[in-house]
Amino acid sequence: MPETKEHPSNAEEAVERWENETLDPALTKRPERKKNFQTVSLEEVARLYTPADTETINFTNDISFPGAFPYTRGIHPTGYRGKLWTMRQFAGFSTPEETNARFKYLLEQGQNGLSVAYDLPTLMGYDADALLAEGEVGKCGVAVSSLADMEVLFDDIPLEQVTVSQTINAPASVLLAMYLVVADKQGADWAKISGTLQNDILKEYIAQKEWIYPIRPAMKLVVDTFEFCTDRVPRYNPVSVSGYHIREAGATAAQELAFTLRDGIEYVSWGVEAGLDVDRFVPRMSFFFNAHNDFFEEIAKYRAARRIWAREMKSRFGSHFERTLQLRFHTQTAGVSLTVQQPLNNIVRVAIQALAGVLGGTQSLHTDAYDEALALPTDRAALIALRTQQIIAEETGVVNTVDPLGGSYYLESLTEKMEQEALDYFRKIDAMGGMVAAIEKGFPQREIQDSAYHYQKAVERGDQVIVGVNKYAMEDEPTDVPILVIDETVRTHQVERLEETRSRRDSGAVANALEKLKLTAKNNENTMPATIDAVRAYATLGEICSALRDVYGIYEEPAF
Amino acid sequence: MSNRKIRVLVAKPGLDGHDRGAKVIARALRDAGMEVIYTGLRQTPEMIATAALQEDVDAVGVSILSGAHNTLCPRIVQLLREKGLNNCLVLVGGIVPQEDLPKLKQQGVSEIFLPGTSTEDIVKFLQENVKPRE
Repeated sequence: MPETKEHPSNAEEAVERWENETLDPALTKRPERKKNFQTVSLEEVARLYTPADTETINFTNDISFPGAFPYTRGIHPTGYRGKLWTMRQFAGFSTPEETNARFKYLLEQGQNGLSVAYDLPTLMGYDADALLAEGEVGKCGVAVSSLADMEVLFDDIPLEQVTVSQTINAPASVLLAMYLVVADKQGADWAKISGTLQNDILKEYIAQKEWIYPIRPAMKLVVDTFEFCTDRVPRYNPVSVSGYHIREAGATAAQELAFTLRDGIEYVSWGVEAGLDVDRFVPRMSFFFNAHNDFFEEIAKYRAARRIWAREMKSRFGSHFERTLQLRFHTQTAGVSLTVQQPLNNIVRVAIQALAGVLGGTQSLHTDAYDEALALPTDRAALIALRTQQIIAEETGVVNTVDPLGGSYYLESLTEKMEQEALDYFRKIDAMGGMVAAIEKGFPQREIQDSAYHYQKAVERGDQVIVGVNKYAMEDEPTDVPILVIDETVRTHQVERLEETRSRRDSGAVANALEKLKLTAKNNENTMPATIDAVRAYATLGEICSALRDVYGIYEEPAF
Repeated sequence: MSNRKIRVLVAKPGLDGHDRGAKVIARALRDAGMEVIYTGLRQTPEMIATAALQEDVDAVGVSILSGAHNTLCPRIVQLLREKGLNNCLVLVGGIVPQEDLPKLKQQGVSEIFLPGTSTEDIVKFLQENVKPRE
């Protein structure tokens, strides 16, 4: 073999030579299309990434092997060769009967886990007949006001076999109690049931804004569920620390990463403070991230998340237990990226976002339906969303090898940059006294608002292109996409069941159970057992939340 | 027309907490030289109409993403008119299906801005449609 031209050992020197000899003449001939190339988070992207950009990254310490510390390349040594991600489509609308039917349909179509979307009154702790619930019952999710609704919701769905994720936060402990009582009535063993409660109250104050009580008592309720589940429902994930909503509210990828992981650290600190053993409860904490449009930025975010979490659990809490160090996460494609204009284009966006989630090593995935910028998904749209995941899993070949993009100069450099940006935020938040204190100061809220505004301006300048909206828009586009309409009879139906439930229950038992719950809350004891008793007596969600409001008060958002 | 700045109440009725749009709009209107009052979350139509009267606004911008627009918007318009705010514009922004648009306009909503609208279009609409004061 002929001797090849010797390369300078110094990568930077080689880059410089390439720039002078190859790049500059090319740029003279054809300048680049624009001055700045930016990610969807408005972060600058370099023209080219080379070994010079990864010189500070050490393979053994920073990248390593899948299933090995710091888990940059994934938590399973075999990636998806052993087990595919769980295809978990978020669903819920109208009455518990309707949602129960959708659940059964999705299971028949090959979905392997359920994910419940509750309507706004339920998310806010109000019954279907509350004044504030008018116009909202069954609209954004399924309406659940008492155990009677929950029994219908999971009718004929064996909770010992199917894992169920519940998106519920401020009143999460009550919905968990309802779920456990339904499981009990089915004859399921709590020690065997698995699933996830979102129960991430911090991101409510930061982004999603469905709160009830002030922050500190709300954190106490979260810790109660940690404690209860660790002892009684050991395979259940009592929290899903969520960046999804933080991102949807306008955060950049780095902010999503930083605030979510710092929220996670805050929950661990509160758990430890309450006397829980890190290596008993942290392994059951899970995370939830967004999958937005910028493909590589998203993959880097997931890889950085695992690395940061492993390092922080070691350095802050002294854990060496593998399952404490391993960050497991669910991914959902970015609802905020979907457009009302030319809605079928959303199928393509979702597919690419989902692919980023998979290449980032997600444990479970929800793909949005193309009609979600218009309304809740129709059956047809929901089915295409599921099929999108099945195509990625079965046809693309990306599942054949573990972390296929590992070692890419760009991706490794971006992963490193994400980690550093998150750590910068950690330092600021730590200096404020932790995440609860930072939220009370309005810090993450303001950071996100600023990013949302800058993004909107970038779209309006045309720096960020949205196909079909600020470029390739159509004057007379067809608007024949069928949408799901929830009518007002849902409320009537739900109110009827609520009234029937109230009339046939033992009202003395309900009153006693609610008094007991209040007392438990006042005495700062674990509220879960008393909540379960109240639920079993058919106390309604609204009644239980109202009892806790009497003790804890309500949250009022300061003006930021 | 006097030099009075356009005053806008940006309101979030209903239980929905998605306030990204409301906050971006509030800031864009301020940047365009308008005076903006943001109500905060979970305002009833009654609270919104009262705030509009107290703040003497030229327009109310209502942000709704939950699907409750058909219940909330007509009520807001009606209450504003009952309070004598006959010229006060009502703008709606958010997720509203095409088929609901004509009905909302019939019920007195001045304009509905769907996702993808530029903040500049909203500024322009207000500048062109707010009635000059005496």
